[in-house]
Amino acid sequence: MSSTVVLAQLLNGLQYGVLLFLLAAGLTLVFGIMSFVNLAHGSLYMMGAYFAATAFQYTGSFGWAVAAAMGGSLLLGLALEFVAVSRLYRRDHLDHVLATFGLVLFFNELVRIIWGSQPVFLQVPEFLSGAIDIGGFSYPSYRIAIIVVGLAVAVGSWLLINKTKVGMLIRAGAVNPAMVAALGVNIRLLNAMLFAVGAMLAGLAGAMAGPILSVQSGMGESVLITTLVVIVIGGIGSVTGAFYAALIVGIVDTMGRVFLPFMLRQVTERSFADAAGPALASMLVYLLMAVVLAWRPQGLFPANR
Amino acid sequence: MTIRTPSLRRSSLVLAALACAGASQIAAAATIGFMAPLSGPIAVVGQDQVDGFMLAVEQLGGKLGGQPATVLKEDDQLKPEIGGQIVRKFIDKDKVDAIVGLSFSNVMMASLPRIAESGVVAIATNSGPSPLAGAGCKPNVFSTAWQNDGAAEAMGKFAQDKGVKKVYLMAPNYQAGKDMLTGFKRYFKGQIVEEVYTQVNQPDYSAELAQLQAAKPDAVFVFYPGGMGVNFIKQMAQAGLMGKLPLYSVFTVDGTTLPALRDAAVGSISGAMWDAALDTPESKKFVADFEAKYKRTPSEYAATAYDAANILNIALGKAKPGDSKALAAAVKAAGSEVKSVRGPFAFNNNNLPVQNYYAFETVKNGSSVTGKLLATPLPKQVDAYHAQCALK
Amino acid sequence: MTSLLSRPSSWVPLLVLLLLASVPFVAEATGQTFYIAFFARIIIYAIAACALNIALGYGGLVSFGHSLFLGLGAYAVGLASFHGVGSGWVHLLLCLGACGLVALVTGAISLRTSGIAFIMITLAFAQMGYFLFVSLKNYGGDDGLSIALGSRFGPVDLSSATSVYVAAFVVLVLSIWWLARLRVAPFGMVIRGAKQNARRVSAAGIPVVRYQLLAYVMSGMLCGVAGLLLANLNAFASPSTLAWSVSGELIVIVVIGGLGSVFGPLMGALVFLGLEEVLKGFTEHWMIIFGPLIVIVALLGKRGIVGLLERFDARPTPEATTPAPVDDTATARHAISAAKGSA
Repeated sequence: MSSTVVLAQLLNGLQYGVLLFLLAAGLTLVFGIMSFVNLAHGSLYMMGAYFAATAFQYTGSFGWAVAAAMGGSLLLGLALEFVAVSRLYRRDHLDHVLATFGLVLFFNELVRIIWGSQPVFLQVPEFLSGAIDIGGFSYPSYRIAIIVVGLAVAVGSWLLINKTKVGMLIRAGAVNPAMVAALGVNIRLLNAMLFAVGAMLAGLAGAMAGPILSVQSGMGESVLITTLVVIVIGGIGSVTGAFYAALIVGIVDTMGRVFLPFMLRQVTERSFADAAGPALASMLVYLLMAVVLAWRPQGLFPANR
Repeated sequence: MTIRTPSLRRSSLVLAALACAGASQIAAAATIGFMAPLSGPIAVVGQDQVDGFMLAVEQLGGKLGGQPATVLKEDDQLKPEIGGQIVRKFIDKDKVDAIVGLSFSNVMMASLPRIAESGVVAIATNSGPSPLAGAGCKPNVFSTAWQNDGAAEAMGKFAQDKGVKKVYLMAPNYQAGKDMLTGFKRYFKGQIVEEVYTQVNQPDYSAELAQLQAAKPDAVFVFYPGGMGVNFIKQMAQAGLMGKLPLYSVFTVDGTTLPALRDAAVGSISGAMWDAALDTPESKKFVADFEAKYKRTPSEYAATAYDAANILNIALGKAKPGDSKALAAAVKAAGSEVKSVRGPFAFNNNNLPVQNYYAFETVKNGSSVTGKLLATPLPKQVDAYHAQCALK
Repeated sequence: MTSLLSRPSSWVPLLVLLLLASVPFVAEATGQTFYIAFFARIIIYAIAACALNIALGYGGLVSFGHSLFLGLGAYAVGLASFHGVGSGWVHLLLCLGACGLVALVTGAISLRTSGIAFIMITLAFAQMGYFLFVSLKNYGGDDGLSIALGSRFGPVDLSSATSVYVAAFVVLVLSIWWLARLRVAPFGMVIRGAKQNARRVSAAGIPVVRYQLLAYVMSGMLCGVAGLLLANLNAFASPSTLAWSVSGELIVIVVIGGLGSVFGPLMGALVFLGLEEVLKGFTEHWMIIFGPLIVIVALLGKRGIVGLLERFDARPTPEATTPAPVDDTATARHAISAAKGSA
């Protein structure tokens, strides 16, 4: 295992982590402040990818595709919030799980009806389609772009939450929603905007992921579960926690997938390692979450309550 | 609740066929149960199958074997449990004359005991797992697709003939994945640098691609059907590897994935028993008709279903519905009679195809991306398991 | 006691059970044998829903990982059959043992958390189980495992749809009876009270977590039995049984039927799977109707079908001694007094 491979895998892990963060940021805020479990977050990611692909089809421009994804998801988030989500805030988590589970089924089918079952075409923009040479290794520039965008969003959201008035309201809402409402803040509007922004970030993640992943029905499922794992590890309601947890999960998952089979092969026989390796690697993230929850149920970086 | 034909075209077609048939002739109509994955990441394959089959039925005037045909379509969602229920339904409730499609190998194998026990004729249009080709062969179960190893064997031979020395292998971690790599290794005698099995439906291959680069093989051989193929090829292109590292593949770059890949797939070489680029009169007509009707280029999955419909047409003309043994024999004979779109075709003793396997290259053709026939590494290939089958 | 007829919430489900009992005979007589397997599957899912109801409906433990036990039960049969063991007793022993043990360990860890963390960690365990079985290449892996030897319990062999149907029906009736008894037994009172207000029950000196763990284990074991029956019905064990969507479907079934009610799981399974089949008959895009339906169910509340039926119940006469059916408001007090009585 050369150091360039390790470096490349670290970058891969970082990129995956950053994508997870884009998804986790919105989800953890929605959960932390409105206490709303949103399984349909993966569907918002998927819709973002589809909006991007459709916009790209008509304009040929990646910039417009990303804008369409963010705008479309924002509107979709607002619509969802108004129609279904806002009625569910007072209910318990079971109702949230149920309603959003139904939404997942709905969106998967909707996408198949409108766009068909074929994966839709979305391309990496020209200026990013090359590869950067890193120590004898060609690493796709587009993935570097994802890392840059993700870090920018992370910094931006940190600034927003810690340095602005809105951010203060958000932080207060995460700690004591009732009090914030009692202070006369339009909590309904705040909740709606929060949900919509979360949806927008998910849409952005979908647009960024679209060129490298297959844009098809059901693409939100696997990434959703990992995102839920991220916010649980990071601590519900904490964007900082989501950031660190996303990076940890991204890197652990990527490195695990690569190096676990390799390490197993040194210890056990080949066919067993080949079978058990990928399985253990997939389980790794869940094991990590179980350990974190067993040791610190409130997460690694909980929002201070 | 017998007709599930969501598109208006199809429903009106079948209704018209039934109207012509008249009430007294419903007993003489042929009922076909078509099972394919119509939802989920692999739905595009199932959809091509259904469309290929229905195209043939439409061309035959809505009839198979001269009798009005009712085609019941069911979605198995690529889940063996659901496939088992659907097969039960076809056999016990709908009392179909034949079951076609049968999805992927894992779904098919789960339903096989029930199909074998009932004796109903079943034609798999997307699989040919080695157990079915060998000791587990059944007199009423056929495949108009391939034996799973076949296309991979062709790539192995092609690579061997080209003088490739070191190959890196990748496939998803399920039976078909293993079959493909086994098939490749049967004919490729060079060095296998690495054999990597990734998770089924894994979206991100960046880790594996980094490893691939580090291993520096002469070529890479992969099997990634459906969405997995789109992901893998796209990411490989972005890593700058397409064009630098020869890519041999099966079921990865084909009619179902090319629309999403376009230029990213240019330069890759695939092994298949059919491609839209094949230059035979039957194939050209099939492609033209399919494109006219569905506004997209067919894949080999559509071709197998198309051939299955034509085989059934010949067979049902000879055997009365209701006698599954006679129908099975007629299907077997029909294999040699049908003018398949893929060139020479016949059923071997194990009811799997004897056919050519070609090597195609994906090239840029003006503004579009198409295949180009390079060679026929394995003409009239007989699969490696047929000797273990007790059937004649 | 009010007469049975005046309480639709009781006689409708009993009627359903009676109709289900007649299915094998009617199906054989009319030649529609497909429906035996169809309803057998519904009954099996009803059993799994009964199991989940113990944890979720009674205990308030939102487990998003019950597909794990369903899968363990199925693979208990699969693995045993693979190695040539066809004895139903061995299958059952393996199933109960594995599910009990796994439920004990995972439950103990999960119960250290609550709320969303509990949901997630139960999901995580189910996912781990899924990946474990996918990795077992020798036992089929992603393709699943064919089962050649059905469970044989003496002269009874679960290798045909009819025999599985009968066995499942018996298990369902027993499960429902058990659920009814459990509901008003001191144990049931404790966990139902804990669902309402765990702190209060705990303040009465009852070790709440231990009761919840026991409920979780019992729930897991019954769910495993459903998995055993499922494997026999399909003659197949597959990792897709452990998918998280299966856990989600079980939750939907329990809620549609009526959370915490005795007949809820049965009614829920019937409606959910029946509706699925009916919708599939209309359009291949049935999920676009099904999804919003589930959303509406969530918006409407958790009384479910049984709750709906209860609206038509005659009010209990003053001599009635049984407590009101689904209403849990007095349960905390009952639990405390029951516990005090038995302590």
